[in-house]
Amino acid sequence: MPRYTFKEFKSDQEVRWCPGCGDHGVLAALQRALPDVTEVLGYSKERYVVVSGIGCSSRLPYYMNTYGFHSIHGRATAISTGIKVANPNLTVWQACGDGDALAIGGNHFIHAIRRNVDINIVLFNNQIYGLTKGQYSPTSKFGAITKTSPYGTVEPPFNPGSLVLGAKGTFFARSLDTELKLNSEIMLAAAKHEGCSVMEMLTNCVIFNDGAHKLIADKDVRADRTIVLRHGERMIFGKNRDKGLVLDGMGLRVVTIGENGVTEDDILVHDAHSDNVGIHMMLADMKYPDFPVALGVIRDVKAVTYDAGVQNQVEQVKEKSKIHCVDDLLRSGSTWEVK
Amino acid sequence: MQHKVIDTKDVVIRFAGDSGDGMQLTGSLFADMSAIFGNELSTFPDYPAEIRAPHGTVSGVSGFQVHIGSGHINTPGDFCDMLVAMNPAALKANAKWLKRTALVLIDGDTFDEEGLKRAGLKSDPIAELYIEDRTIIVAPITTLTEESLKDSGLDHKTIVKCKNMFTLGMACYIYNRPMEYVFKYLEKKFSKKHPELIEPNKKVLKDGFNYAANIQAIPNTYTVEPADQKKGLYRNITGNQATAWGLLAASEKSGLPLFCGSYPITPATNILEELAIHKNLGAKTVQAEDEIAGICTAIGAAFAGSLAVTTTSGPGLSLKSEALGLAVMTELPLVVIDVQRAGPSTGIPTKTEQTDLNQALYGRNGECPLVVMAAHSPAGCFDAAFNAAKIALEHMTPVLLLSEGFLGNGSEPWLIPSMKDYPKIVPPFIQPNTEYKPYERDPETLVRKWAVPGMAGCEHRVGGLEKNHNGVLSSDPQNHAIMVAERAMKVEKVAEDIPLQQVYGSESGKLLVVGWGGTYGHLLSAVQQAREEGLDVSLANFDYILPLPKNTEEIFSRFEHILVCELNSGHFVNYLRGRLPQFSYSQYNKVQGQPFLVQEIVAAIKDNL
Repeated sequence: MPRYTFKEFKSDQEVRWCPGCGDHGVLAALQRALPDVTEVLGYSKERYVVVSGIGCSSRLPYYMNTYGFHSIHGRATAISTGIKVANPNLTVWQACGDGDALAIGGNHFIHAIRRNVDINIVLFNNQIYGLTKGQYSPTSKFGAITKTSPYGTVEPPFNPGSLVLGAKGTFFARSLDTELKLNSEIMLAAAKHEGCSVMEMLTNCVIFNDGAHKLIADKDVRADRTIVLRHGERMIFGKNRDKGLVLDGMGLRVVTIGENGVTEDDILVHDAHSDNVGIHMMLADMKYPDFPVALGVIRDVKAVTYDAGVQNQVEQVKEKSKIHCVDDLLRSGSTWEVK
Repeated sequence: MQHKVIDTKDVVIRFAGDSGDGMQLTGSLFADMSAIFGNELSTFPDYPAEIRAPHGTVSGVSGFQVHIGSGHINTPGDFCDMLVAMNPAALKANAKWLKRTALVLIDGDTFDEEGLKRAGLKSDPIAELYIEDRTIIVAPITTLTEESLKDSGLDHKTIVKCKNMFTLGMACYIYNRPMEYVFKYLEKKFSKKHPELIEPNKKVLKDGFNYAANIQAIPNTYTVEPADQKKGLYRNITGNQATAWGLLAASEKSGLPLFCGSYPITPATNILEELAIHKNLGAKTVQAEDEIAGICTAIGAAFAGSLAVTTTSGPGLSLKSEALGLAVMTELPLVVIDVQRAGPSTGIPTKTEQTDLNQALYGRNGECPLVVMAAHSPAGCFDAAFNAAKIALEHMTPVLLLSEGFLGNGSEPWLIPSMKDYPKIVPPFIQPNTEYKPYERDPETLVRKWAVPGMAGCEHRVGGLEKNHNGVLSSDPQNHAIMVAERAMKVEKVAEDIPLQQVYGSESGKLLVVGWGGTYGHLLSAVQQAREEGLDVSLANFDYILPLPKNTEEIFSRFEHILVCELNSGHFVNYLRGRLPQFSYSQYNKVQGQPFLVQEIVAAIKDNL
């Protein structure tokens, strides 16, 4: 099979996001990741289906030269579930926003995670409703001033990571819209993961919520205020690679290597494959300024997928059953003959 | 006392008791044994929404009516020839359904002060309910069951549970039914887990039979001779089971795997349950997290190339409205089954109505037409579901099939068909690697081609936004007008593929009774009865509503008056007034959560002649 490039995954449609929108970066990362996925997993291009709900980010399927389904607000996860269960040979990617997946579509989102349907969900989190022009979302910061909260919101936000892990998600990763390389790396890991992979992309809405992630995402502070987690590697971060995370009692603590007798050996090693959700939850919950915000693949554990479970049950029942066609079915059980 | 065996054409028996008394089982066993005996029959379960409503209260009464006959049986019957009342509440709730000549069989043990009080009755319920002129048999059924099983070694609770078999035994005596079928049923049911219950149940059944024979209180017994039925293999089937099987048949005939995404809701749940059993035929079922996920998983499965189905009842259909619009817009094949119940809102979940027709026709935003069909009898649900799937797959459209609680839970004997007599279903698949324009249409049918993920070279995007024939998004005014008109015309053109409307009675005449869906049996019986009385009346009962059969206008033009009867406030008649305004229509409506009575329709016919 010839190796694809990002060009084959680009559709001929004009991309209509605002200039400077964070979604451009995520789209580019996906178009660059899929040739790798295709090569590593031996997929053919017609197996890809990209599904979305409603919102700015949900325009994404039009920009991918694959099978695509731009559905209705909040329902992408249910549509994806149907596609994957109906045909487990397809590889399903989903684009959705924070309002789409966590407000109107919250129910489908948690249940797809609970069932562990083998779909790859890219969650664009810009903490605002963009397409309806600037209302607060379930991830807007407490007190956020928006068009529908002119005096500030009085409701705390969801942290998508803790929501995913609370529903016993098997894969969760987080990144920034501008981290092209890291994002492609995360997407490849998500594709390899059998089960529901949620990738939270912290995206910037230049029009209605510009700078929402500025405190951690700005180039000059990013290295000190975020940490990129990789399985098997020590949790070290900082411009000078001198800060790290250690366990302190029941929680995490930031330490500086070389201070107070701390050496590199004291720093935690990330185990994304650990079944124990506790440490992953702590990592996903880390907030600036007390902690660096965790990026990369936080959790990636093996579990049976729902779609495979459904398929296997069909095969098993078929094999044991004496009913092989509808004529058999109609004549099964209690019948009588009129002569 | 002189005992007579009277041969009768048909009888209606209603078994009623507390919702834990096992009356549904007793009634369906009586129906099954009558079916095997060769009778025609129709059944109607009438039960409360509560699983175990307050003990002994009228709201907790569960009833099962069965109508058996030696001739053709269209309905479960209006009034009953025999009522079994296992407690005072059951008597109170059903006294109004007694024929003048009815026999009433009562468990006297339950008619104590406490039982009467719970039912809101005073000391003499027979007088209070004005049924002194009926033949009332008071039997201490609970005590006799206890006596029958006192040496069985079973605990008291289990013994008392067997009293429905005592009742069934008495009914078997009164209607001269052979009990072998029940013996076989008990053996099969208990053989694995509770073999110790087989003999005690059989004993109680026989004791009930012998008791009825010995007490000398029952004036006559009855026989209902086997009906003159078409030869062949038969089975009993409920509407919901037939619906599920019809879908499986369509899956086989189309070669597409069946996918059902549904959320449990009364009275549609058995369809999902039935399909969940039949993984042996490749059916995949998803019990979704809500009604919306039910239809959305089905839409996803349709996009992926399955025969996709979602099943629900009225409130669930409301929740599915937006997604139904998506299915219309994406022009994907989808079967939506609505087993209607009494509304609005939660309404009366276990009672039947036809009040979702307006919702089916109009309940979506935008110009959003889809095919609307109805099923007209329990066994008829098989063909209705098969045809709904065939139209959906061949015309690339959602099809909404309206069933009714009355059909879904009702049952009748069914001459088992052979799948070789059913047509192949051929969806309009495109060949891989051909140029694909997703919304290019067949010039005749206006149906688009279907490309399924996995087909090389046909990658495309669908969605809820308006697009042009090439599948490119478009907000061009002229394009929108064209697409709106084409989607509507595509649905109208389904009329080319559906059978012509049949008329029962005369080809022309004074009065045409018009109905749709599950009122068929009652309307047919009423029209038959009226014709026997010499009245000039005929019947057209519609299975296809949108589009209507092509000859509808022509049929209507041959009658002087049209009387539309339906279990709502006039949804179908108003639809007809809109589509065929040249005719004038009278209407007869009932919204009580109950089927029509034949006598009501006969009276309505006379009023309109």
